[in-house]
Amino acid sequence: MTTAPPKVPQGAPVASDRLDERLQAREGLSGWVQSWIDRFRGGDLGLLPVIVGIVVIWTTFQILNPIFLSSANLVNLTLESVATGVIALGIVFVLLLGEIDLSVGSVSGLSAATVATLFVVKGFPAPVAIAASIGVGVVVGLIYTLMFNRFGVPSFVISLAGLLAFLGVQLWLLGEQGSINLPFDSGLVRFAQISFMPDAVSYVLVLVAVAAVFASGFYNAKARRDKGLSAPSTNGLLIKSGALLVGLGVATWYLNRDRGVGWMFVFFLVLIVISNYMLTRTKWGRSIFAVGGNAEAARRSGINVNRVYAWGFVVCSVLASVGGILAAARLGSATPATGTGDVNLNAIAAAVIGGTSLFGGRGSAWAALVGIIVITSITSGLTLLNLSSGYRFMVTGAVLLLAVALDSVARRSRASHGKG
Amino acid sequence: MTAPATDSPTTQRPKVGTELLALRGVTKHFGAVAALTGIDLTVHAGEVVALVGDNGAGKSTLVKVLAGVHAADSGTISFEGQDVRIHSPADAQDLGIATVYQDLALCENLNVVENLFLGQELRPARLDDVSMEVKAWELLRQLSAKIPTVRIPVASLSGGQRQTVAIARSLLGAPKIIILDEPTAALGVAQTAEVLNLVERLRENGHGVIMISHNMADVLAVADTVAVLRLGRNNGFFTVGDVSIEQIIAAITGATDNAVTQRASRRDPATPETEAPPDATTDSTRDATTDAGESDDTASARDDSSSNPTALTSEKE
Repeated sequence: MTTAPPKVPQGAPVASDRLDERLQAREGLSGWVQSWIDRFRGGDLGLLPVIVGIVVIWTTFQILNPIFLSSANLVNLTLESVATGVIALGIVFVLLLGEIDLSVGSVSGLSAATVATLFVVKGFPAPVAIAASIGVGVVVGLIYTLMFNRFGVPSFVISLAGLLAFLGVQLWLLGEQGSINLPFDSGLVRFAQISFMPDAVSYVLVLVAVAAVFASGFYNAKARRDKGLSAPSTNGLLIKSGALLVGLGVATWYLNRDRGVGWMFVFFLVLIVISNYMLTRTKWGRSIFAVGGNAEAARRSGINVNRVYAWGFVVCSVLASVGGILAAARLGSATPATGTGDVNLNAIAAAVIGGTSLFGGRGSAWAALVGIIVITSITSGLTLLNLSSGYRFMVTGAVLLLAVALDSVARRSRASHGKG
Repeated sequence: MTAPATDSPTTQRPKVGTELLALRGVTKHFGAVAALTGIDLTVHAGEVVALVGDNGAGKSTLVKVLAGVHAADSGTISFEGQDVRIHSPADAQDLGIATVYQDLALCENLNVVENLFLGQELRPARLDDVSMEVKAWELLRQLSAKIPTVRIPVASLSGGQRQTVAIARSLLGAPKIIILDEPTAALGVAQTAEVLNLVERLRENGHGVIMISHNMADVLAVADTVAVLRLGRNNGFFTVGDVSIEQIIAAITGATDNAVTQRASRRDPATPETEAPPDATTDSTRDATTDAGESDDTASARDDSSSNPTALTSEKE
């Protein structure tokens, strides 16, 4: 490794975090590109592989069936992805802790059955039914926490038991009716099926989101410069925000050519943004990454590791419950099949495809979004081609394997670049 | 030994010389294994106590008891004159005991700033990354750390750099006592000197420092007092300045009951005059009771060192 002489412009004050002479100056756009290439070669892939994957999948299906990328199909795709996507978001939390929850499908099915039973059969108001159903998720999470923290049972086994047990409870709840239809005019079903954002609102929301990204980036950069640290250039930030504005704007416009952006999808996005904030910008989130990276180190740092595990399991189960409620609302009924079949593995696969490491401490909330888009695209594309679900499983399996293989290669690359 | 400690816990740092930490008869068992038996240890403000002993002597266990990783089974721990219980790392932190472990206990997936502030982040609901980074640079510069950037995962740092990060982290909470577990074991020459300088600085600032080390040169370079552990028991307190490396090593290895050394110590008037440990009476009574079930080997080694007046135990002062 040759150390270039420090290219410090004479007279200009050097940011206090750029004083080390071994640091190579990476300034302006070319520097940004260069550091990005460095990161990539170092095995820090981020979301890039999965975005490339989405492009490949979309191109392939579009060639095979021109309907695939139509506005109507993409609107369907957004709506179809939400229920499992919310569950995948929960999986991200447990994966970050280095644990696993195999029972999210059953928990979502149980919650769907709970909300349908309370709302339709027992006649409770919808909010009460939903709250009780989410309460089921909390209880499940607390049971897992108890088993994990107190008795030290591996999460794999706990949730495998939960997979069976809660499927049993779901079937028992639905036993008399078999399946419960939710009234079509109920708010829940309307929310999941036919409520879309007005066009104007969607564009305003895009503007607000981009403005928020720019403002936070700008003020962060300003705060860093005020304290004498290096900061990303305002031009770079402008370019980034502009690209985001164009990307989101075009996507919204394209969806608005059909029914538009579903409120349910917006709800999913909001959940992701909140999760992302909680994970990256709060002490709480940092403790999750710390426990996933090195639980003993976290414990010695004064973090209550048991409580962090509790949060992980409870958040995962609660999001599984929310996903189950949304699945029932989207389908218009809670059936014994809700949450069974491939829901479980799709949710876990989505989190992993999105780049969340199975070994803890690495990943992001956005993984749930991009991962579930990959999975739903495959499902949707193969359905459009009239291929049986057998093919769907095969393709999804292959993509999952590819994603994990890529993660493993990236891990090796990180190791050889000294990034663990 | 009866220095008046500040009665009310204040943020003001105690004057040099006041007793910060006192352990009396601390015992820790892991199942049938007595890892620590009747450990006494006193640390004053502005004092560097080197904790030495062979592998398995109980040094690391003692550190874990002080850091709240393991709770002591019996015995008393007093901090600034008040009896305290340390049940969790948070307890230890609240008291003002910071620990740098031998295995450093860093999260490799987090970057330097995140590791430094782990568990004590600024502004928990909206992390103040900027202030944390500024403070991180301050601490690292203070240690003359050779870390090019604080925004890289700790996994990509060398052993010495990790040690520096770990020591810098221990200083964050403005602790009164800092425990360093083999701080120089993995360091190069320059960094070892830097860490020893740092230990000096900690003492000047009125911190109490407990330093575990196998390197006698380091011990004699910075320590005021040397406390020797052997097989989970106290095996002598020495004052640096009137003790030689050989004498410390003899206490570490238990060579004090060796016939040759006994004869040498009887014959050699240059041997520093030795006194019984400060609480010799309680010490010997405890020996009589707890040694009953021990192996002959341990018991005889211990008996020799406490009953033989020429054993290499010398009280501080």
